[in-house]
Amino acid sequence: MQMPQPDARVLSLKEQIVSRLRKVLPQDAVISDEMETRAYECDALTAYKCPPLAAVLPASTQEVSDVLRVCHDMGVSVVPRGSGTSLAGGALPTADCVLLGVARMTEVIETDYDNRIIRLQTGRTNLSVTGAVEDDGFFYAPDPSSQLACAIAGNIAMNSGGAHCLKYGVTTNNLLGITMVQMDGTIMEIGGKHLDAGGYDLLGLICGSEGQLGVVTEATLRILPKPEGARPVLMGFESNEVAGACVADIIKAGVLPVAIEFMDRPCIEATEAFAKAGYPMCEALLIVEVEGSPAEIDEQLALILEIARRHNPVELREAKDADEAGRIWLGRKSAFGAMGQINDYMCLDGTIPVSELPYVLRRIGEMSREYGLDVANVFHAGDGNMHPLILFDANKEGDLELCEALGADILRLCVEVGGCLTGEHGVGIEKRDLMVDQFAPADLEAQMAVKDVFDPAWLLNPAKVFPLAASESRRSVALAAE
Amino acid sequence: MRPETEADLAEMIASATRPIRVRGGGTRGVNLNGEMLETGGLSGITLYEPGSLTLVAQAGTPLAEIEAALAAEGQRLAFEPMDHRGLMGTSGAPTIGGVVAANVSGPRRVSVGACRDFMLGVRFVDGTGTLVKNGGRVMKNVTGYDLVKLMTGSWGTLGILTEVSLKVLPTPERTACIMIDGLDDSQAIAAMARALRSPFEVSGAAHLPNGMGDGPVTMLRIEGFSGSVRYRAEQLAALFADMGTRIESDADGVAEHWAQIRDVAPFHGTPGDVWRVSGRPTTGADLARRSGAKAVMYDWGGGLIWMSVPEGTDLRARLGDFDGHATLVRGSGQPKFQPEPAELAALSHGLRQRFDPRGILNTGLMG
Repeated sequence: MQMPQPDARVLSLKEQIVSRLRKVLPQDAVISDEMETRAYECDALTAYKCPPLAAVLPASTQEVSDVLRVCHDMGVSVVPRGSGTSLAGGALPTADCVLLGVARMTEVIETDYDNRIIRLQTGRTNLSVTGAVEDDGFFYAPDPSSQLACAIAGNIAMNSGGAHCLKYGVTTNNLLGITMVQMDGTIMEIGGKHLDAGGYDLLGLICGSEGQLGVVTEATLRILPKPEGARPVLMGFESNEVAGACVADIIKAGVLPVAIEFMDRPCIEATEAFAKAGYPMCEALLIVEVEGSPAEIDEQLALILEIARRHNPVELREAKDADEAGRIWLGRKSAFGAMGQINDYMCLDGTIPVSELPYVLRRIGEMSREYGLDVANVFHAGDGNMHPLILFDANKEGDLELCEALGADILRLCVEVGGCLTGEHGVGIEKRDLMVDQFAPADLEAQMAVKDVFDPAWLLNPAKVFPLAASESRRSVALAAE
Repeated sequence: MRPETEADLAEMIASATRPIRVRGGGTRGVNLNGEMLETGGLSGITLYEPGSLTLVAQAGTPLAEIEAALAAEGQRLAFEPMDHRGLMGTSGAPTIGGVVAANVSGPRRVSVGACRDFMLGVRFVDGTGTLVKNGGRVMKNVTGYDLVKLMTGSWGTLGILTEVSLKVLPTPERTACIMIDGLDDSQAIAAMARALRSPFEVSGAAHLPNGMGDGPVTMLRIEGFSGSVRYRAEQLAALFADMGTRIESDADGVAEHWAQIRDVAPFHGTPGDVWRVSGRPTTGADLARRSGAKAVMYDWGGGLIWMSVPEGTDLRARLGDFDGHATLVRGSGQPKFQPEPAELAALSHGLRQRFDPRGILNTGLMG
């Protein structure tokens, strides 16, 4: 993965840049020492590291605006960062950038249960949003697996999803309003506490734009009343095809589970060795969770089990109590940790039409053998969002490159069958150069035209999302103008 | 002009020398200058996979054709698009492209989301005649910028849709409606808020101050499997036991009530302008008071207010500054859309210039 050459002009201006930043921020909010900036050298895509020129930690919208104005004036690029949990390198700095972290902005500004909204600063973590309202019977629905650590700012930048989005949607479906600062420092309110846009859907455009259109400092989120209860059921099948057919039948029958999770044999074996959840050893395993009152849950599960039985399951396991429910989820929730125990791994995130599931899993198996790298699959089956985990050895020469090549082939396969490169992690730098496999030049041009409008000098997170060759003329115009 | 293919359309726009007004079924009463371009030639369902909850159709496909195909599989467009014909006094057949271009949603918007929340992908021809695609046909997709949302609700001013792909949902087995009679507007909004914050998954919350001409009625809808609907209807009725509730559980009756709310039936054939005001739900009664409207109707728990005022009324001046916006749906004396603050207007204008640099698409409507 290539990053652009750092701009020598900016590097030479480091002292002046830092000194101007210190004029608009408290002393401890500007970090320029080379030992300390290293704390920000990467996000969760740890294969790539680069400390920024400086890091800043503003505590308010006004401070964010002041920082951006300074950087805009001096022609310095800015990389925004939530909690640094991006798996796609969305918050990877460049040596010539100012990294802007929102970690000091964590206040809840307003909760309004009658209108079912919460307003907060975006440095707040995903899980602590639910934490702020759960005693009053509410929750915030999008639940990325990094939810303990990840910030709402990053969720908005990447339009994050989670296991429960089959029913509740992803971030963009739960976002009502934002305060955003444009690269030139302009502060604006978009959306609000009402349900629809009055003009163009700028909110929908900004959500998922990977921090390239503005820095979102405050957000109004939709919160929902907590369901009375939830209960999972576990099913084992003797082939991926059968499990895939079962998923399609459940969906067609009119049940809308909150989650349908899928694990294949390599994943089951790894998690069993690690978490000992007592999963059956079979080719494919589904965990289906439904919500409601006890009677409503019984009604839905009865239908789901009836459908499952038609597919000759090797195992059907219901949860009689919370403890058993916990054990059903145990293996799934520790799947990533289990993989980490075995090996280094790369987590992919392509989405495919649900109908293509059996074919795609078969092809991934073949590719895995061709490359000689093991691949385990664990994913959100209801919406086709796959998470193939490619196992490799970072200490073995050439293994990372081999793994990346296999990953790229798997993502191209997703596109080929009518899917996409990324369902919830974002493009970042990881999938940047594969964008040409999904989009024609005119499609990319239309997206880049949007950035031209919001950030004409291409200073915000400029080396992400678009293939470097495609964005080069825009990025170099920005430099030449200095 | 009536293109039969995407390529025809691209050629027509590229070679256009005058403004173009785009027309699907012509049911939403948009009157603009320019040469008419009809999308009816771009018609047909391209792909429908019930097991994947996905439907792809060309923009000019009649909505009725899509709804029939979905009904045959026990599915539906969950965002419940409004039929504007009764309110606008128009005829013609609404198209899916028109629904998407205007982001048309109905009462269920309050629980499941708007048209934009069900949009998975678009293909469109921009104002230069260039074909652009964005999104796709899968339910989770964050690959690149979400131009799908930008195009949804952009009223044909950034490009002309040629194909849309949508997430569809199963039609529930059973539905019921809890009716509360006699509440004033503030009481009704409080009751709707209480219902919407309960765990009973209310899929519609509307208040008609004059009912269908027979006194105020507040309606709460629930949908799902039989046992669940029965249970939730009882629980909700118990919440409002002191107000005297009725439960309507006849499927046709419930469907009829909500079609009337969706299509703003109380205002059909009435004189004057009709406005659609989107605001913070609990401020609904206050907004209605400020408007001085002679008739109002609340949907989305109070977050959507339909207002009927004498022709030419500057409703925005009456409402003053509020969290939300007002759209003139029927009438012509005021701009259709609420003017945006300068910094947002600059962005909207910038987008318009990028996607339609000659300003020839539905000129004067937006951006």
